Amino acid sequence: MTTDLVTRRVRGAGALAGPLLFLEGGPRARLGEVVRIALPGEHGAPGEERQGQVIAMSRERIAIQVLEETRGIPPARAVVTLTGEVARLGVSRAMLGRILDGMGRPADGLPPPIAEARPFIAGAAINVARREKPSEFIETGVSAIDGLNTLVRGQKLPIFSCAGLPAGRLAAQIACQARVRGAGAEAFAVVFAAMGAPFREHHAFLEAFRTAGVLDRTVVFLNRADDPPIERLMTPRCALTCAEHLAFRHGLHVLAILTDVTSYCEALREVALARDEVPGRRGYPGYMYTDLATLFERAGRIRGRPGSLTQLSVLTMPDDDLTHPIPDLTGYITEGQIVLSRELDRRGVQPPIDVLPSLSRLMGLGAGPGKTREDHRPVADQLYALYARGRDVRRMAAIVGAANLGDEEKRLLAFAERFEAELVGQGGAFRTIEETLELGWRLLGDFPPSALTRIPEALLRARRGAGAAGPPPAEAPGAAVLRAGADAGAAGGEGRGAP
Amino acid sequence: MSGRIVQVAGPTVVAEGLGGAALNEVVRVGQDRLLGEVIRIDGDLVTVQVYEETAGLALGEPAEGMGAPLAAELGPGLLGAIFDGVQRPLPELAAREGDFLGRGATLPALDRARAWEFEPAVRPGDAVAPGSRVGTARAAGAPEHPVHAPPGTAGRVAAVRSGGIGLEEPAVTLEGARSIALLERWPVRRPRPVRRRLAPDVPFLTGQRVLDCFFPVSAGGTAVVPGGFGTGKTVLEQSLAKWAAADVVVYVGCGERGNEMAEVLDEFPRLEDPRTGGPLLDRTVLVVNTSNMPVAAREASIYTGCTIAEYFRDMGRSVALMIDSTSRWAEALREIAARLEEMPGEEGYPTYLASRLARFYERAGRAETLGGGEGAVTMVGAISPPGGDLSEPVTQCSLRATGALWALSADLAHRRHFPAVDWTASFSLEAEQLAAWFEREAGSGYGALRDEAVRLLQRERELAEVAELVGTESLQDAERLVLESARLLREGFLRQSALDPADASCPPGKAFEMLRLLLEWHRRASAAVGGGVPLRAILETGVPAKLLRLGQIPWQDIRRAGEALRAEVADALGRLEVE
Ligand SMILES: Nc1ncnc2c1ncn2[C@@H]1O[C@H](COP(=O)(O)OP(=O)(O)OP(=O)(O)O)[C@@H](O)[C@H]1O
Ligand SMILES: [Mg+2]
Repeated sequence: MTTDLVTRRVRGAGALAGPLLFLEGGPRARLGEVVRIALPGEHGAPGEERQGQVIAMSRERIAIQVLEETRGIPPARAVVTLTGEVARLGVSRAMLGRILDGMGRPADGLPPPIAEARPFIAGAAINVARREKPSEFIETGVSAIDGLNTLVRGQKLPIFSCAGLPAGRLAAQIACQARVRGAGAEAFAVVFAAMGAPFREHHAFLEAFRTAGVLDRTVVFLNRADDPPIERLMTPRCALTCAEHLAFRHGLHVLAILTDVTSYCEALREVALARDEVPGRRGYPGYMYTDLATLFERAGRIRGRPGSLTQLSVLTMPDDDLTHPIPDLTGYITEGQIVLSRELDRRGVQPPIDVLPSLSRLMGLGAGPGKTREDHRPVADQLYALYARGRDVRRMAAIVGAANLGDEEKRLLAFAERFEAELVGQGGAFRTIEETLELGWRLLGDFPPSALTRIPEALLRARRGAGAAGPPPAEAPGAAVLRAGADAGAAGGEGRGAP
Repeated sequence: MSGRIVQVAGPTVVAEGLGGAALNEVVRVGQDRLLGEVIRIDGDLVTVQVYEETAGLALGEPAEGMGAPLAAELGPGLLGAIFDGVQRPLPELAAREGDFLGRGATLPALDRARAWEFEPAVRPGDAVAPGSRVGTARAAGAPEHPVHAPPGTAGRVAAVRSGGIGLEEPAVTLEGARSIALLERWPVRRPRPVRRRLAPDVPFLTGQRVLDCFFPVSAGGTAVVPGGFGTGKTVLEQSLAKWAAADVVVYVGCGERGNEMAEVLDEFPRLEDPRTGGPLLDRTVLVVNTSNMPVAAREASIYTGCTIAEYFRDMGRSVALMIDSTSRWAEALREIAARLEEMPGEEGYPTYLASRLARFYERAGRAETLGGGEGAVTMVGAISPPGGDLSEPVTQCSLRATGALWALSADLAHRRHFPAVDWTASFSLEAEQLAAWFEREAGSGYGALRDEAVRLLQRERELAEVAELVGTESLQDAERLVLESARLLREGFLRQSALDPADASCPPGKAFEMLRLLLEWHRRASAAVGGGVPLRAILETGVPAKLLRLGQIPWQDIRRAGEALRAEVADALGRLEVE
């Protein structure tokens, strides 16, 4: 091994272990610094170059995480250059409409966009004293979300899926049709980061964007299933760096879709195992919580800045297990989760959202008077409570037989069925929040008012007064007007589409 | 002392040439002079945990020992402040550095530019002992701040200042060279001394019915709140921060979410402190180290918070220290231990996890202060067990160190039963000792009512198991009434809405009355069923629906509403019995 101190270039590495390359001694490396690894070419010609990053160093050795394929690197003959720079990404508004690879390099044959800034991709924490409390309701058009698990701008709300369930379709549908009421012609953008995505998946996303006409407001970061797994560690960071720039520099309302968080975590585990780190649960490193938090916490709003960064990630639960470390740690960081259920999918409920374990922690900030409707929270609570009991009854009925159920139990069971089929199982249609709430009232109409204990009496009375002697009105007065207004806003330009 | 960096791994740095460095000494690391603390000394090699992002640090960069341990600044201006885990003031940092946190910033915790007025309470010649009150500090827009002699400071007063004064200037000068300033420093990892600990026989009233009635803790007690994600730990901690009976609340956001803290910052200045009528923020100190902030500072944050809490205790205040979440603290400890290549214990946590937790929770307590007053630090620590499984080390170690378990259940949370306190898994070791207080203050017969309620819930569980097998149709009316009454108890009493202004906090007197009404109804209805009245008719009286809404009645009105309801019950059931 020889070292060139001036250029900080090292000829010959000590060892290669999985995705890690070790330099014995060597120049004074910096933590996180980018390195270039030149492979020997044919007949003395310069060979290919790969990128890496210093992840630990002591006097004896420097550990480099190679972000690309390590196959074909002969350690003894590789030339490693330490660039002295921690990883940055050139970002600009001109990235909209572009397709980049997992490290932010053009993958569409066009030249790189001219950078407006070159921030560190690791990002910096937003000072909490400067965070703006999220508060704007995003109408996704999906009843199980809008009605029961309301999403707001600046929130991080992942979709927990099971292998083979249509999480991608749901995410794409939301990205294409979501809107913010009264937002008129506010500018929005989608930043889509695929981590280890199979062709089928990223192709479907791009097709959905194309069909909806939002492709030119989308930046795509593509780390494919056959791309090097370690590159995946960079992909979401590059994507979020770009998203932050668009949101907080250009004031766009950015929806970032990261898929699939599970592939990302597997790459994290691969590096940890190669470093002989003490493994945590199921071999995932003990710092996975912190690492994921440095991604998810990059959602939010900042006081005095017009844009927002909302995250809608997709995560496949290994073994459909909600307690697996990946969904578990994610759920501890994100502001809720939308959980898809294999059972509902089998029964043909689309989208197969299981609302019981689903949650939007910021619902209180986006639902209610002045935001959606006064009856939103109580109706949602009541639907939840009755549906939970309906599910208990269904379990009981499986054992004792439906015939042994009391009247009230039969009513609860029927309610659970209708709730799933009608409210959750809406297919691909867009429903306004009013339509969702009215549907909710219709389902509640099967119960006597005394059973609706989560709804304040005043509201029940007002409802009855509003002509619910017969069946409740299909639509609250004024709802149609509201919707027409919203649609007009949408037609006006950019109101409709991702938040 | 100045040395050089020889190794960097994550948040830890090894330096050589820091001869004479002491454990817990503050070290400035690298060109950017990042803040760190010595956590291991091995010959000439000193390991430092660094409270800031270490990316960009290079081998060979300098490291300088600062000669003092990591300490908190204690003085006027703490109330209403927002600090990071090592007590850097976040709003001031933002004003200087912008919306994102940079590195290497040094700002004192307490604003030196703020003008304080000092009014002495001692005169030259007076004797001053540790903890004795020497005066009061005042500033526009700030709560009055008593100034006490710090632990270890005693003597005869030589001179006093009064009027405008800087935080670090001597306000009271003692004979000899010592003096007392408005500001003192205290090493965060060392408990502040008290004269003696007091028995746990006064409750820490949380305002949450299920906790105060079933699993009360004492002022100075400790409780842990384990629960899977989304079960309501944060909402509970925040409800307590808002409504619990405390003079001062120190809230440590340890490795949790930024948006949550934004909510607190938005809400607390506008909420009213029920005890003083002032803004709630004026009794609150926030220590915030969110999950994406440096992990070593997260480890320090709970000690910073605890030291601030003890400082207010020493003024004779009742302080609540809320920590959300201690698991994130333990994980920070684990991450640092792993970088030191220590032998891992269970689940990779260091073997000293249990002793650290125990020592930390011992800093809680009700005590006679050095100054002779009475103060308390009550601790409520959230725990985020992986997979919601309580058999994991952090929960288990915490249970041995604390006095109450408020277990949150995912099943209840999924049903939107909040607070999702699992009444079968939770316990309080202090309930018995506090029973006398409740009998005396909330109403006699309290303990008996509580036991009756527990029995009703127990009976419900047994019957529910039977019903799962045979269906509720096969149950007798008397049994079905038990199910119904237990449901009323769960939904009308144990459940409490954090969103309803009248229900968000419940004083013990109101809780007592609610419990009494619910159980009286059950007894009365049981008698009616026994007398042959069909259950359906009883349930249709409209009383159950009213019992479910008792929580929404303001506490001032509960007695009157209760009397009216009693009359209604007597009337309705009496009529049914006649039929
Ligand atoms: N007392 C309550 N009243 C009404 N809703 C509640 C209550 N407690 C919790 N919730 C609901 O549950 C959600 C999750 O609560 P919370 O954020 O406190 O969970 P957590 O246990 O802190 O989760 P994590 O461990 O992930 O931080 C809240 O956003 C709210 O919707
Ligand atoms: Mg929480």
